[in-house]
Amino acid sequence: MDLVLPDFGLLFWTGLVFCCLLFLLAKFAWKPILTAVNTREQKITEALELAEKTKSEMQSLQAENEKIIKEARAERDSILKEAKEAANRMIEDAKSKSKIEAEKIVEAARLSINNEKAAAMAELKTHVAALSLEIAEKVVRGELASDDKQKALADKLAGDINLN
Amino acid sequence: MQKAINFPLLVQKIMLFIAFSAFINFSYANKSEEKFNVSEMIMHHIKDAHEWHLFGPEHGGTSIYLPIIIIDNGLKTFNSSLFYHGIKKSFKDDSGSEQHYLIGKGEASNYALLHEKIYKLKSGELHIHKGHPLNAKALDFSITKNVLSLFMGAFLILVILFSVARFYKKNGAVAPKGIAKFLEPIIVMVRDDIAKANIDKHKYQKYVPYLLTVFFFIWLNNMLGLIPFLPGGANLTGNISVTLFLAVCTLLVTVFSGNKNYWGHVFWMPGVPVPMKFFMMPIELIGVLTKPFALMIRLFANITAGHIIVLALISIIFINKNMAWGGLSVPMALFISILELLVAFLQAFLFSMLSALFIGAAVEEAHH
Repeated sequence: MDLVLPDFGLLFWTGLVFCCLLFLLAKFAWKPILTAVNTREQKITEALELAEKTKSEMQSLQAENEKIIKEARAERDSILKEAKEAANRMIEDAKSKSKIEAEKIVEAARLSINNEKAAAMAELKTHVAALSLEIAEKVVRGELASDDKQKALADKLAGDINLN
Repeated sequence: MQKAINFPLLVQKIMLFIAFSAFINFSYANKSEEKFNVSEMIMHHIKDAHEWHLFGPEHGGTSIYLPIIIIDNGLKTFNSSLFYHGIKKSFKDDSGSEQHYLIGKGEASNYALLHEKIYKLKSGELHIHKGHPLNAKALDFSITKNVLSLFMGAFLILVILFSVARFYKKNGAVAPKGIAKFLEPIIVMVRDDIAKANIDKHKYQKYVPYLLTVFFFIWLNNMLGLIPFLPGGANLTGNISVTLFLAVCTLLVTVFSGNKNYWGHVFWMPGVPVPMKFFMMPIELIGVLTKPFALMIRLFANITAGHIIVLALISIIFINKNMAWGGLSVPMALFISILELLVAFLQAFLFSMLSALFIGAAVEEAHH
């Protein structure tokens, strides 16, 4: 029976020891331990949050970078395209210009050739006319060299007139 | 023990170790042909004493005699050896079995020790009526076995936890090392799973030191009780006085933390008809007391039962007076001891958990 009956002496000592223990532990053990643990937990939470934030920042930065790269690429492409176009255009221009020039040159050449030709023809004509006159003079001289021949000619001319 | 049995050396050593640490009386019993009384031995071991028996026969072996402090016309202190080396007297109790008490010598000559209780003598002896002494008990503040165990337990807790605290003071809020690494998860468990889980999250912090102290006090003393020799072996947390004190602490914390909502539920239960409110009042009031009462009984019964089982299993050897029974009783006692290690933790956890639950109910705000 006295197993389940509290003993006053032990009750007293338990109370004394427990209260001292509670006081000492609360002041010198639980307070520093819990403070340290709480501080550390807070630090860890903050560090994790920071890491998360940094990660998202990194991600957005990366996305931005990618965007910039994309834009740069697009710009480069457009510049290249423009340059190519310009080059083509220049080539085309040059080609057409040179063609026109060539045509002009050819035209001028043709013109001068024609002029030369006309001049040559004119010269040839005067030359031929002079020659013909000379020949005709010689022929006429020959025809009219004797009286017979003058008479024959006059007959012939008169014959021609008769025929008419 | 006279019988030579070929056991493996290790098993023999373990058995001798266990046998010598608490049950040396066996050899004594053999010599004197005294019958081995299991229940008396077990009751003797789970109760408090004014000596700390180390080794040798139960009577006349080597013991630490603890100081006796009584208040009887002023403070009187003397050594308990005055009782244990005093005059042995015997009487027959109700059932006819012989009981002994010791009359002290010298300073203790006016007192007698019966079942570890100190009685004041009248005309030099105890007056036994129907097997019980009629003499008045002296107010006993002695440093008994349990009190000494209590001191050692408290000292150990202080040493261990101060070293943990010193680690944090020295190193700041860093990852724990050494003993702090081992104890921090337990401290955090008490804070989070016991306090925070049961008490309002804005109020729990105030109760964490109490719950931590209760938890470590019970846990460490439970484990000390499992060690069969000094500094363990006392059945401190299996003593009703200790569990009573702890339960009263929880009761007081609950009562003084109780808010309007809590007392409203106790005295004027909301949401029930008025006649029922009157009916519920005494039930709720009793409920306030039964909760810590259950705490007291649970811890006392669990720890005492553990001690009884281990002692009973070891006693198989001494009942049969043959060491070969150690082959059965030692593994069984080992199994129970390991189970008791779990129970030591579990009971500490339960006590603080339920304390937190009661406190949590007392500080809970109305939510409708």
